Amino acid sequence: MDGKELKALKKKNKIKESKTDYVYYSICGVILLLLAVIIIYPLYYIVIASVSDPSAVVNGEVWLYPIKMTFSGYANLFNRSDVWQGYFNTLVYTVVGTVFNIVLTIPAGWALSRDYLPFRKVIMPLLIITMFFGGGLVPYIAVCTALGLYQSPFIMIIGGGVSVYNVFMCKSFFQTNVPKEVLEAAQIDGAGEVRTFFDIVLPLAKSIISVMILFYAVGHWNNYIDALIFQVEPDYWPLQTVLKALLETSAGEGEVAAEQFLIAKQVQFTSIIIATVPILILYPMIEKHFGQGVLVGSFK
Amino acid sequence: MKNNFEGATMTAEMPTAQLSENDILIEQAYEALAGEAVSAPENGVVNNKKPSKWEKWKANFKRRGWILLFILPALIYVIIFCYAPMYGILIAFQDYGHGDPIVGQDTVWVGWENFNMFFSDPNFWNYFTNTFLLCFFGFIIGFPLPIIVALLLNSLRAKKVKKGLQILYYAPHFISLVVMVGMLKMIFGSDGLLDKIAGGNGLELFLKPEAFRPLFIFSGNWQDFGWSAIIYLAALSGVDPALHEAAKVDGASRFRRIFSVDLPAIAPTIVMLMILSIGNLMSCGYEKVILMQTDGNRLTSEIISTFVYNFGLGNDGNPGLGTAAGLFNSVINVALLVIANFTSKKLANQSMW
Repeated sequence: MDGKELKALKKKNKIKESKTDYVYYSICGVILLLLAVIIIYPLYYIVIASVSDPSAVVNGEVWLYPIKMTFSGYANLFNRSDVWQGYFNTLVYTVVGTVFNIVLTIPAGWALSRDYLPFRKVIMPLLIITMFFGGGLVPYIAVCTALGLYQSPFIMIIGGGVSVYNVFMCKSFFQTNVPKEVLEAAQIDGAGEVRTFFDIVLPLAKSIISVMILFYAVGHWNNYIDALIFQVEPDYWPLQTVLKALLETSAGEGEVAAEQFLIAKQVQFTSIIIATVPILILYPMIEKHFGQGVLVGSFK
Repeated sequence: MKNNFEGATMTAEMPTAQLSENDILIEQAYEALAGEAVSAPENGVVNNKKPSKWEKWKANFKRRGWILLFILPALIYVIIFCYAPMYGILIAFQDYGHGDPIVGQDTVWVGWENFNMFFSDPNFWNYFTNTFLLCFFGFIIGFPLPIIVALLLNSLRAKKVKKGLQILYYAPHFISLVVMVGMLKMIFGSDGLLDKIAGGNGLELFLKPEAFRPLFIFSGNWQDFGWSAIIYLAALSGVDPALHEAAKVDGASRFRRIFSVDLPAIAPTIVMLMILSIGNLMSCGYEKVILMQTDGNRLTSEIISTFVYNFGLGNDGNPGLGTAAGLFNSVINVALLVIANFTSKKLANQSMW
């Protein structure tokens, strides 16, 4: 077989190969695109419904583009003091709560990542057990009640203070991302455990801290249930609990006059948007830190 | 697992030059330091005996014990908010009123009465099967979906498209449950979009027991299929490209390579997540179910954890009964986890502990 023939054969094979691959890539692309549409459409629908004339929305005319654009829904929403109060409360809970979470979680992850940690063999199982077994909801409430957290807004900050899962994520991050040489050098220079942590480990931990901030902040921002199970006063409700009430009250009560019904309907759409936008802004800023090391580490 | 991104940032910030200069010195000094701490006793006499395990431990504790300070706050938190509630399981055996101390002078012990009450509830089997079926169908659909998505995404050649799709797919994970269910009602609920498009004759999907599970599972997957794919994508990115090249030379198409290269690479991850999922076959959280529950769909939507929420809390609830029901559920969860882990140990030689 001379070179020319071989070349021709290769070319032929290549075409054949890329044909089956071409079919595969097309199908793959179509499926992935379809999934993208399925994700985007509901979000898009809420957005166009929030800026459309509510009667058009209620009649089902709005599904592809806004009809009779109006921003009265947003205006009505911002006139509601309960929504503002909820927003403010959620901001406080999220900021203070997340700081509390980070202060507990990052150092714990660091300590667990060191094999010279005294009592490590006791502490590890102590933490792992809580991932698979717990006392349950009622005893949890009973304990919090004994601590004076029932009906107290502080539960919104203190509840869920440590996620053991997150601690382990930090642990494996530190295990793989802090070079031993640097730590040893610091030790020679006389840095104790505390200085080592603040001067060497923390500056290396920016990406895991960002991811932890995202996870915990989203948890606080989206939390609606604690305010209900701990019977927190409505004045201290976070935004999501206010939103829940808002979405449920006006859902289908025939008593309300038609116009009020429409306004309420529109406010529902707008409230969903203002409750979600901050998260969807925060998330892409931190998304770049979802490096493999950060998330894969959570296993084992 | 390899980690290029983190590795890169890390080395950039490291004072490498300085390190290499002092490398040997540091090593020597470190050895000297460690040796001193371990083998020099208080009285100053040089001890040539090999230090015992206890002595080593003590020296280590003295020198580096401060690190305990870092774990202490988290540990105290876990003991108060995780272990104290475990002690609170005793409530299941009491006639407990809200606000009582867990064990006090006035505690009324009732033995297994709360459990009897729960098991003899005429709807007990209904709650039980609802819990199982909701999680089971969720597992059947929700487990393979992220794997498929990860395999498809991984095979994309255009890296920018892949990245963009990933960001989009993860996003719904961060939407709150309240918003999620709100959206669900706006689209599938009474006078929702679907209702209007279907002619406005009142589908009332949220009042129909048979629609609850599909709605719950569909929306759950909508939110999380992308997020759950992360772990597989990470495992897939660790696959050596040489394997793909070799398979290509052997004439394997891209589709074929999914089965002969990609799937074997993520098999351990799949097994691990399978164990965890099976361990969760009886634990659907109540947070979302509560939001979707109506009087109309209670027949399928009342699961054990919502039973605890609906009947165990507040001043009107029965905390003892709620604790008993919750305990029943978590014992099943632990049993399932142990069984799943044992099975995979036997069959696939892979286990979590």
